[in-house]
Amino acid sequence: MGTYVVRRLLWLPVILLIVSFATFSLARFGPGDPVAVAAGQIRDPEVLDQVRRERGLDGSVVEQYARWLTSALQGDFGESYTIQRGFTVTELILPRMWVSAQLGFVALVVVFAVGIPLGLIAARLAGTWVDPAIIGTLLFLQAIPVLVLIPPLLWLLALQLQWVPVGGWDGLFEIWWIAGVIAVPIPDPRLYVPLIAFTLPGFVGVARLVRVSALEVNTLDYVRTARAKGLSEAVVQFKHVFPNSLLPLITVVGFALSGIIEGAFFVETLLGINGIGRLTFQAVTSRDYDVILATTIIFSTAFVLMNLLAEIAYGFVDPRVRLGASRG
Amino acid sequence: MTAATFDQDVHYESAEGEGEWRAVWRRLRRKKLAMISLVLIVVIYGAGLFAPLVAPYSYTRQNLDRGLEGPSADHWLGTDRLGRDMLSRTIYSARTTLIVTTAVVLSGSLIIGNGLGLLAGYRGGWVDGAIMRLGDIFSSLPALVMLILINASLGDRVDSWVRWIEANTFVDGLVASGFSSYLLVFGALSLFFWVGSARIIRAQVLQLRENDFVLAAESLGATSGRVIRSHLLPNVSFLIILSVSATLGGIAGSEIVLTWFGVGVQPPAASFGAMLFEGSGARTFQSHPHLLLVPGAVVTVLLFAFNLLGDALNDAIRAR
Repeated sequence: MGTYVVRRLLWLPVILLIVSFATFSLARFGPGDPVAVAAGQIRDPEVLDQVRRERGLDGSVVEQYARWLTSALQGDFGESYTIQRGFTVTELILPRMWVSAQLGFVALVVVFAVGIPLGLIAARLAGTWVDPAIIGTLLFLQAIPVLVLIPPLLWLLALQLQWVPVGGWDGLFEIWWIAGVIAVPIPDPRLYVPLIAFTLPGFVGVARLVRVSALEVNTLDYVRTARAKGLSEAVVQFKHVFPNSLLPLITVVGFALSGIIEGAFFVETLLGINGIGRLTFQAVTSRDYDVILATTIIFSTAFVLMNLLAEIAYGFVDPRVRLGASRG
Repeated sequence: MTAATFDQDVHYESAEGEGEWRAVWRRLRRKKLAMISLVLIVVIYGAGLFAPLVAPYSYTRQNLDRGLEGPSADHWLGTDRLGRDMLSRTIYSARTTLIVTTAVVLSGSLIIGNGLGLLAGYRGGWVDGAIMRLGDIFSSLPALVMLILINASLGDRVDSWVRWIEANTFVDGLVASGFSSYLLVFGALSLFFWVGSARIIRAQVLQLRENDFVLAAESLGATSGRVIRSHLLPNVSFLIILSVSATLGGIAGSEIVLTWFGVGVQPPAASFGAMLFEGSGARTFQSHPHLLLVPGAVVTVLLFAFNLLGDALNDAIRAR
């Protein structure tokens, strides 16, 4: 298992190298001259030359890439060209990553907190109308694209019911202090719309997995023994069935997270949340080259790590994955 | 599949080949939801295929005096901001979905995906290693970000290629039909939608090639191409159908998303992505809900139908 994880981790820099070079060439390939973008309105050839040298835009693509890579390895990802001129990419990205990470984490918790009980209920009531009703509803909710879902959701919650403000999102929680000691996090009402958009497509995956797993556990010998020795059904369910049917869930944490990371792209752009997804979109549309590179690399790193996490989790639950991998 | 005769190859389902397909179809037909899904997909795709015959108006005809109208006898689903008929726009959007999904399934998933999967599984060794590592790279890229980047940066270039072709050959009318944006969407999606099917097919071929009938064919001097075509391909045909049905929804959804972001199919070509974009925004939804609801409903139904049909097909094939 150890060598397997190490092998997969060694793979990460290779992928990042390929991703960054592909992104770099794509950005250079595109229409519009980065020098012209960086120089703004100025078209004086001498100034352009100076900008070219300062930004490291002279020489061939490979030379430029080598220069970019050298400084990137030292933590310098360049400067923003258009979105916030004069700021370094790191200054631009870090606060937005924090916003996206907070939202993503809360969304992940909610996906499991809602999906698990629904799956357990569906399994418990298998054979009745409740089971297909729960799974069918969740499947349908998953099928609604986020692009279709958000406008009616905003209309309902913000314009009709006026529960949440129409736009603007800055903080995750307000902290209420009780007697100055106990902190009670109160979710900001503006959190609800993005949270619903992030989590609705994810419930069904978790619920279905828990349902199948609980149905399987219900047929196992130790559950039968528990029933046979006269334990009440509630005890059997809570002490034997539930804990054991949750084990396969660790395999979907990675997938759930990569879904949330990709979802960030639409949700943040649609709702005007200043996270990394919206920044990527802004960077691509306004040709902010260094920001494009940095955000793509962040997305790729997160993606590779999530996939790795999923594979490692699989390896723990299903030893065959490990064996197959080490045989190569 | 034809009946086995002496001079034809015998693969292990050939005698019952036709029976197996029929059995899958019979199991599938018993599932009501799957049949409803299939009918819905056929209706939406059929409308797209016969769009010029079915659509009441042209998808580009504007009538600015009658913009943003709700459903009426003239315009069953209302009109958009420019007074274009929503029903006709929807039907032509279905045509775009039809074109993109068919093209990407044919090239990306069928030809590239299955071809590379068969090759990797059968040849093994460094060929297998190279193909699978390439797949690893593509599957670890954030597809959506890369697709947007590719389309945003290569859009003008592809457009100029198409213009060059039009200027220098006898091919005509490509630019006017928005061909270049279709080409770009199709190319970019194919790049990302082959990995899944390649992996599935490879895993199956790895098992299949250990069978005696492959050894027998090889000892009789059959070439790799012949072994793959006549012995391996027929045995993975069910899996190919499964892998295609699993990617359809993703391909259709990706085109819609790309167009929504403005880097997919370009106007005036109709796309659900463009229609959804015009209808999004809480205030727009409040005053003109049909702008979002019409394309939104069709897209949701289509994607849901793809999911249900894929699930049912999976059950029907695995139950063999």
